[in-house]
Amino acid sequence: MTDEPLTSGTDKQFPTAASALRAHPPAVSAARARRWGSFFYAEQVLRVMRGYSWSFIMYSIAQPAAYLFAMGVGLATLVDANGAAAFGGVSYLQFIAPALIVSAAVMTASGEFSYPIMDGFKWRRVFYGPHASPLVPQQIAAGHVLAVTLKFLVQSVAYFVIVALFGGSPGAWGWMSALVATLAGLSFGLPLMAYASSITKDSGQFALVQRFIVVPLFLFSGTFFPLDSLPVAVRWVGWISPVWHGTELGRVFTYGMEENPVLTVIHVAYLVAAAAAGWILTRRQFVKRMGQ
Amino acid sequence: MNPDAVIRAEQLRKNYGDVAAVDGISFEVPPGESFGLLGPNGAGKSTTMKMIGGVSQRTSGKLSIMGLDPDVNGPEVRAHLGVVPQQDNLDEELKVRENLIVYGRYFGLPLSYLRPKADELLEFAQLTDKAKSRVDALSGGMKRRLTIARSLINEPKILLLDEPTTGLDPQARHILWDRLFRLKEQGVTLILTTHYMDEAEQLCDRLIVVDKGRIMAEGSPASLIREHSTREVLELRFGSERNATIGAELQGVGERLETLPDRVLIYAEDGETALEQVSARGLHPLTSLVRRSSLEDVFLRLTGRSLVD
Repeated sequence: MTDEPLTSGTDKQFPTAASALRAHPPAVSAARARRWGSFFYAEQVLRVMRGYSWSFIMYSIAQPAAYLFAMGVGLATLVDANGAAAFGGVSYLQFIAPALIVSAAVMTASGEFSYPIMDGFKWRRVFYGPHASPLVPQQIAAGHVLAVTLKFLVQSVAYFVIVALFGGSPGAWGWMSALVATLAGLSFGLPLMAYASSITKDSGQFALVQRFIVVPLFLFSGTFFPLDSLPVAVRWVGWISPVWHGTELGRVFTYGMEENPVLTVIHVAYLVAAAAAGWILTRRQFVKRMGQ
Repeated sequence: MNPDAVIRAEQLRKNYGDVAAVDGISFEVPPGESFGLLGPNGAGKSTTMKMIGGVSQRTSGKLSIMGLDPDVNGPEVRAHLGVVPQQDNLDEELKVRENLIVYGRYFGLPLSYLRPKADELLEFAQLTDKAKSRVDALSGGMKRRLTIARSLINEPKILLLDEPTTGLDPQARHILWDRLFRLKEQGVTLILTTHYMDEAEQLCDRLIVVDKGRIMAEGSPASLIREHSTREVLELRFGSERNATIGAELQGVGERLETLPDRVLIYAEDGETALEQVSARGLHPLTSLVRRSSLEDVFLRLTGRSLVD
């Protein structure tokens, strides 16, 4: 989002005289809200995010650069010295790049779909402002999701560009990994949002989610090594993990990882299904909680 | 039935589980009226406001706002309203002026309207010099005024105010009352809940006294006082030990006697005369005060309890 442009010439001709200003009739407000309400709320979320643009830029550029340098350049020299066969014939940098893009989106999701939801319902009750306007609860939920989706997209594209500069994405379809990461973010984030919107009492649940769900998913989803190299007993963590499905899908696009096409379809289906289920539950929870 | 009424409630009821928060209340509000719901905490005022505001579904009864049913046409009803909730829910992370603009966007209002309108409302709320401050830097009274300014962004004809001055200091309350009075002069219909008698007397043309989800009385502040109280009240304090036992000795003074833990109230047309009668009986209170009757007395009469415990 850019800053609001300076007051236009038209505004100067019609200064703040009450007589010159007329709001459109309530029926128009209601019709517009029914149609565009989700976008109106997304605009609010983006305006709030704009207050944190500096940390967002650092997060989206400095962190990927640091990770790629440490893992893809530092660690990779050791790993690559042992031959590329273990990683499907590509360099270690190329192997982990799509995983890092996906993981970053999932990490962002764990923040954007947890505390802000609690804030909206409980702490500062920000959802209840728009709730008194023509917007309906499901539009407030959708607006939040839309704004965060845009954030995922911008962040993932930035990450992909840095990956490409490091030479981490040799294929022509590598840019698709940014879309995959966005989808993975939603597929992890929307079920989390459904959970967050059901919590009425904060007793540190989100810190537990961070420690016992996000971190294990990050470590055991074929991020730094193929899932096959883990004992069978823990591979299921990868199978249920949006990070693994997203990462594998990303690898298909960035370096053309060879994979059974059925598995590729399963990755997409899994990510879409988890996101859709999360959205249905979130929507229901918002309507229930705000309609009492 | 008033054909012009902007709000009409008939046997309105809201249950939470087995508890009836609002227990079958009926009222009408004509356009331009300033209408109050007076009652203690938990009386059902806020629940009634939420149903009028189209954010809480009623259990039974009829309700129409500008001829629309809020349970069916929620967005259309809410598009007519300005709402000042009991708890401020401003966007603390946005600037003061941006709060107004963002809120106006929820009504689909264009920026060409919202920018000058926001400035106009900041002027109205005496917050022009705070336009670029963050909301969390404002005082309680300023936040309240900003919330009122926000509720006016869509030029509503009906303004719902749920305890607008609770928690504010006297000066901040008077500024707020002045702003609300101006809106009333402009023809805005005000619906407000309060448990402050002076607020109800200042702002309301007509009010209902609500207790336990039911209407106890209805009328203008003056008519309610006339009907349920005397012109003046004599307040006597004999010390907490004696207040309870002195009642018998005061029988026959004034029209009616009310014994509270900290004082005795004697309802009389003429308080000074009543005080002379008390002295004539050889009773000497620690302090005495003659005042005009207020809605507090009406509430006490109707429910046997004080409004603010």
